[in-house]
Amino acid sequence: MTTVSSASPGLSEAQRKNRLFGPLPDVSAEAGYADDHPKRVGFFTDTSVCIGCKACEVACKEWNTLPMDDADGTLDAIGLSGMSYDNTGMLGANSWRHVAFIEQSRTVDLPMPGVGLPGARRETPDPDIDVREPDSLAKAQASVLNAEALAEFDPQTGHSADREIRWLMSSDVCKHCTHAGCLDVCPTGALFRTEFGTVVVQQDICNGCGYCVPSCPYGVIDQRKGDGRVFKCTMCYDRLTDGLMPACATACPTQSIQFGDLDELQARADARLATLQAQGVESARLYGRDENDGVGGNGAFFLLLDEPEVYGLPPDPVVTTRDLPAMWKAAGAAAAMIVGVAVSAVFGSRR
Amino acid sequence: MTEGLATPGAGWRRADGGYPKKKRKGNGDGRRRSGRRAAGEVAMVEDAEFTSYYGRPIIKAPVWKTPDVPLYLFLGGAAGSSAVLGALADLTGRTALTRTARLVAGGGSIASVVFLIHDLGRPERFLHMLRVFKPTSPLSVGTYILSPFSAATGATAAVELLGWFPRLKRFGGIVAGLFGGPMATYTAVLLSNTAVPSWHEFHGKLPFVFAGSAMAAGGGLCMALTPMAESEPARKMAIAGAALELAVVHQVEGDESIVAEPYHEGRAGKLMRAAKACTASGLGLAVLGGRTRWGRVASGTLLAAGSLLTRFGVFDAGMASARDPKYTVIPQRERIAARGSEVRSVSR
Amino acid sequence: MPGLGTSFGRGGATNTQQDLANSDCIVIEGSNMAECHPVGFQWVTEAKARGAKVIHIDPRFTRTSAIADLHVPLRAGSDIAFLGGLINHVLANDLFFREYVVAYTNAASILREDYQDAEDLDGLFSGYDPEKRNYDQETWQYEEDREDEVNEDSPGTAQAQEAGSQQESVKDAARPEAAGSGGPPLHGHGWRDETLQHPRSVFQVLKRHYARYTPEMVSEVCGIEPEVFLKVAEWVTANSGRDRTTAWVYSVGWTQHTVGAQYIRTASILQALLGNMGRPGGGIMALRGHASIQGSTDIPTLFNLLPGYLPMPHADQHDSLEEYCADAAGTGGFWGNKRAYMVSLLKAWWGENAQPGNDFCFDYLPRINGDHSSYRTVSDMIEGKISGYFLVGENPTVGHANGRMQRFGLANLEWLVVRDLQMIESATFWKDGPEIATGELVTEQIPTEIFFIPAATHVEKEGTFTQTQRLLQWRHKAVEPPGDARSDLWFYFHLGRLLRWKLAGSTDPNDRPLLDLTWDYPVHGDEQEPSAEAVLREINGVGPDGRALSSYMELKDDGSTTSGCWIYCGVYADEVNQAARRVPRTEQSPTALEWGWAWPLNRRVLYNRASADPDGKPWSERKKYVWWDEAAGRWVGDDVPDFEATKRPDYVPPDGAKAQDAIAGTDPFVMQSDGKAWLFAPKGVQDGPLPTHYEPAESPVANALYSVQSNPTKEEIRAPWNRGNPSLSEVFPYAFTTYRLTEHHTAGGMSRTLPYLAELQPEFFVEVSPELAAERGLEHGEFATVVTARAAVEARVLVSERIRPLKLKGGQVVHQIGIPYHWGERGIATGDSANDLLGVHMDANTHIQESKAATCDIQPGRRPRGKAMVEFLEEYRRRAGIDSGAVPIGGRAPVETS
Repeated sequence: MTTVSSASPGLSEAQRKNRLFGPLPDVSAEAGYADDHPKRVGFFTDTSVCIGCKACEVACKEWNTLPMDDADGTLDAIGLSGMSYDNTGMLGANSWRHVAFIEQSRTVDLPMPGVGLPGARRETPDPDIDVREPDSLAKAQASVLNAEALAEFDPQTGHSADREIRWLMSSDVCKHCTHAGCLDVCPTGALFRTEFGTVVVQQDICNGCGYCVPSCPYGVIDQRKGDGRVFKCTMCYDRLTDGLMPACATACPTQSIQFGDLDELQARADARLATLQAQGVESARLYGRDENDGVGGNGAFFLLLDEPEVYGLPPDPVVTTRDLPAMWKAAGAAAAMIVGVAVSAVFGSRR
Repeated sequence: MTEGLATPGAGWRRADGGYPKKKRKGNGDGRRRSGRRAAGEVAMVEDAEFTSYYGRPIIKAPVWKTPDVPLYLFLGGAAGSSAVLGALADLTGRTALTRTARLVAGGGSIASVVFLIHDLGRPERFLHMLRVFKPTSPLSVGTYILSPFSAATGATAAVELLGWFPRLKRFGGIVAGLFGGPMATYTAVLLSNTAVPSWHEFHGKLPFVFAGSAMAAGGGLCMALTPMAESEPARKMAIAGAALELAVVHQVEGDESIVAEPYHEGRAGKLMRAAKACTASGLGLAVLGGRTRWGRVASGTLLAAGSLLTRFGVFDAGMASARDPKYTVIPQRERIAARGSEVRSVSR
Repeated sequence: MPGLGTSFGRGGATNTQQDLANSDCIVIEGSNMAECHPVGFQWVTEAKARGAKVIHIDPRFTRTSAIADLHVPLRAGSDIAFLGGLINHVLANDLFFREYVVAYTNAASILREDYQDAEDLDGLFSGYDPEKRNYDQETWQYEEDREDEVNEDSPGTAQAQEAGSQQESVKDAARPEAAGSGGPPLHGHGWRDETLQHPRSVFQVLKRHYARYTPEMVSEVCGIEPEVFLKVAEWVTANSGRDRTTAWVYSVGWTQHTVGAQYIRTASILQALLGNMGRPGGGIMALRGHASIQGSTDIPTLFNLLPGYLPMPHADQHDSLEEYCADAAGTGGFWGNKRAYMVSLLKAWWGENAQPGNDFCFDYLPRINGDHSSYRTVSDMIEGKISGYFLVGENPTVGHANGRMQRFGLANLEWLVVRDLQMIESATFWKDGPEIATGELVTEQIPTEIFFIPAATHVEKEGTFTQTQRLLQWRHKAVEPPGDARSDLWFYFHLGRLLRWKLAGSTDPNDRPLLDLTWDYPVHGDEQEPSAEAVLREINGVGPDGRALSSYMELKDDGSTTSGCWIYCGVYADEVNQAARRVPRTEQSPTALEWGWAWPLNRRVLYNRASADPDGKPWSERKKYVWWDEAAGRWVGDDVPDFEATKRPDYVPPDGAKAQDAIAGTDPFVMQSDGKAWLFAPKGVQDGPLPTHYEPAESPVANALYSVQSNPTKEEIRAPWNRGNPSLSEVFPYAFTTYRLTEHHTAGGMSRTLPYLAELQPEFFVEVSPELAAERGLEHGEFATVVTARAAVEARVLVSERIRPLKLKGGQVVHQIGIPYHWGERGIATGDSANDLLGVHMDANTHIQESKAATCDIQPGRRPRGKAMVEFLEEYRRRAGIDSGAVPIGGRAPVETS
């Protein structure tokens, strides 16, 4: 294996200021790779063209030889989850890609839109909506419904005269965060930052302490029962080192999963978002693209059509180690307090 | 307060049949149209206005086992505070107290190490902990606290029992004392430094809860196991610790944020209430009934029990908050809302 | 297949999936493309990205609907009403492509005076025989040319053939499928009125026929809002014409109906009227059920066809090659060369033994004397008329309609050979089939001896797939098959070799056909694997010089050429395996003519001469594809012209011209005897020259258009093991449709057995609307039992608004149930088999069963077990007034006259 670093940014010798959170231009360099390391790679998952075929899940399991499990992660078990067509249930030790299925409907009480160019004859909804105020929310919805183009061009949405049905599908995966909680808290160095800027578990090192599991703000990494070690998406590190694309991106028939240099993917995503918004897809938004978010941006980011939590994603994730200095401070004070109390207790007591 | 914070936009509501049966506790109606109150009915909490993916948790709950980890927290705490007490008692020539404290510290630390290792998925790889040192990993830091501490306390306790090399004994006791404080409080950071809402949110307070709990336990045990003549310092420490524990726990439970909820709901709530009862009564006894040997024994036991229950309670509350998506979604929604309109325009 | 064949001349998809990216509007109807053809669906996504409209017309809201711009949730089995409505909309509002229609279709042809339309006869066309339940098609012919009265063109024998073709047994043999390549033969050109005003012109007849298919009627029959229909009409017509093209995509959602062929005919008429045929981004995309289904009709697994859609000789009709070819003699179009194709085939099979003296061994060919289609054969098995059976890559007890009937059939054989990748239900029914549980079959009493022979997968053998768009693609072997698994080629070659070895020296003339075969393929490897390339080369055929031919135009009827399948002639041109070409798209034109090889002659878009106007100029710059280059004196463009390369646009056939010479320079549909697209089909379809709406054989709704409820010519097999649900029955009030999921492969042998696929759709489920769930008290995630006259199966319930109850005019609400059919007793993911629910009602043209629309009842809870099941079903039949379905042990109940 090429030189790896289990150092989290906060620890690297190249440390200039606090690197526990915030934007990071070059994660690999931060992790101690020489300047000639490859560019940071990632996934852009465009859910607006996902057809929910699950080819990514199968390709992933095939390539990484993951065991079969049910929607709750029980090994070698199968059963209908009842969650639409999703019987994978979640990301975990045995499922590194998970296609979410969300069925939604809403009523439309206006004449069917005619043929028109994208975005044509579209009313823009009231920009300032106080969502906490019911009637203004209703107003907002009405104005959105009145936006004909939306009714015509919303992806993953079918339309009939009286009702619209929307079937959201989205292939979730490890986010390979700029500031990865799992990587930060791993005590053995089993988790490391690769030269590609991705985050991978070394299975020969992991001792199953499980600390990374609750430290991931997305609930991605998990421990495999009976094995004891933790597992998650490696972005096919073994394929990358051989110049191949990750299995899931290779299998995706509609280019919903796009792999490439992160900066290029980000540009592509911005363009795609602009197109959709021009078509009146009010609900489109990028998730994990913003390097100023709580984890310094994701290596694997998404174009979503509804709020993140609808897909089972945290709306505002923050890497837990952002607050670590404060925690150590408090712990130090508390420890000092013990000593102080003990001293006064001991010396304050008569013999 | 969380009204409408995270309902899907533009009038969309759920169109599927509802949730898998095993999750549909109570409400058998699979056909419920419940678009805007999704997780409410599944997660078996009152209908809070928020959305989730079929009521499934967003973060993964810790895979740490009970009772291993709560016991580890308790023993580590008791051992830590006792070690400090022991070192100081030694300096002031309180041999009996010193002896008790050293035995408590030694026993506690060795046991805690056992529990910690037993909790690993691959115990035989315990030493991998020593491959690297990472300040960003409380567990790594903790390893470098626990190792010397348990070594020192263990050795000290051993020689205490065998009565060999007095000078070395004192040195070991002092080393143990130095690591005792951190040993008692780093575990708070261990829990806080996760995405578990009810732990992370209180990362500023948990260390003091644990410090208090540690002193109550350590002080309490030493108080109970030491003759009246020398147990006064232990009693003082126990009283201070219990007071601190009660005070900070009260703050945590009283917090208006929704993530404080798990501390007074469900099993965690029961444990926390029991803990409070024990600690309070133990405190009372220590203050009032502290004059008699048996008062001290009873009070020490109660305080130890209170401390133990607190650790279980805190652990449980965290688990509960991890399993219900609302504790992840709602605070983050509030954060976004608080950040103001520019964020909303991005997400809508 | 007859739908496309009779309309345009060839049964294959007219365009390619890649070409969908050029569409301005894509209508996916009777297909769940995103789920069942996800890889091809990328081109729909591409078209959408380029601004195309995507419309999905389907009873269910599927993963395809999710990507579509508009989903039309029409009632299962009402597509003809919907498409007929579009035709009416186009004709009534003068939205058709007049120039195209006049020049390239038979709209101008005049029909005979004695033709009577379904509109005149309340749902029947003239010539219906209620006894035989079929049509005498005499009155559907064109009015003959005045001077044509005495038809010199067609020799006497031809007229004899005409008479013969109207015989019962011949009809049963499903002639229409012979239109797979080459429209049905027709004599005389008829006369035309290019003003389209003549009351008996096809155009006017068409107009009258669909006049009642108004938006209101459509909404009543299909159960959709008129606005939705009008929006579809608006999008489709706005995206058709000189500058824009609309493509239609269908799949088994159309073919598996008692009017399946007519569904496709209706779409063909519409696409011809809109001028979308033979043009980029247009056409009709027939998506096949799975890999190489197109190939298995080109080189057929069908009882009534020979390779290249040559009809199988018929006992009552074809005593000699002369008689066999007579019907084609003198007809226009390439079908006129039938004799050359047939003789070349006989030469390929019997080589030197085939000589003019012995009629090229024509007598060696078996003859058919009626219907020997799959379901008929199964009923023959039950009646003990059949002793042995091969099942190759087929799992009929799960994958075919009426699994109980299938199992009874297999249980009454002497021997059964099953070649498959896995030990499938069809090989183990004797010990774990449902009838063993009910006691209707008893293991000890089943005479069938079953031989299971492991087969090699597609990566363990070499050969070609002919996929959905007629594209032959060569597969190289990736790994050796495990253990005893062998390729099908290996199996049949060595089986034939052993049979010939056993018969060697036999003097019995009945053994000659086998002994005289050319059976000399080179073998290689330890396993003596025959060379697949040698077989492909034989299929291609060779000329007198022994070199591979490059075009079927070179085939001769004198025995000097050979070709195992004339339409594949050219796949081995220049002694090169053209199917193995894999030039990257970056190194060739967008049409990708150097990727694989498409029949005929590597043409990717069929009838592409129609992409130019009658003068040979492109209809528009935007839709330029193939055009006449005056300077070069030939047809040029992005594709191989589907036309004689040097035939001038102004060529007019001289009197008495035959075959291709009878095709004018303005006739793009070169396989048709008159070179036109057939809006009206004077021949070739058994159940009517024009598609007309009939309800499915089992329907909860009365036919709103005619008193004739369902297709009067539909085929049925009446027997205790195949009872039909009466339409409009209180006992079976709900409509259901069966389908597939992306996660599984057809009958599941290749998916239920694999953990990575099984876990994705682990259990058999049915999809119901919240309203139906409320009406029947069904619980999401709980069990429900679905019941028909054939069987009762239990499945988990998925309640979803994706399934919509339909409100018809008069307030009738129709509930539809969606039922995927992948499960069976074996594998990792097991469950009851949905196909057990289906009865066998068949399309008279294709003998394809109606799997996409039937009726049932649904109740909460699990189904009865053991003998209780038999009584449970009998009770249902009693209540519905259906004859008993009880059978003796072994299931050997005879067919009651059908």
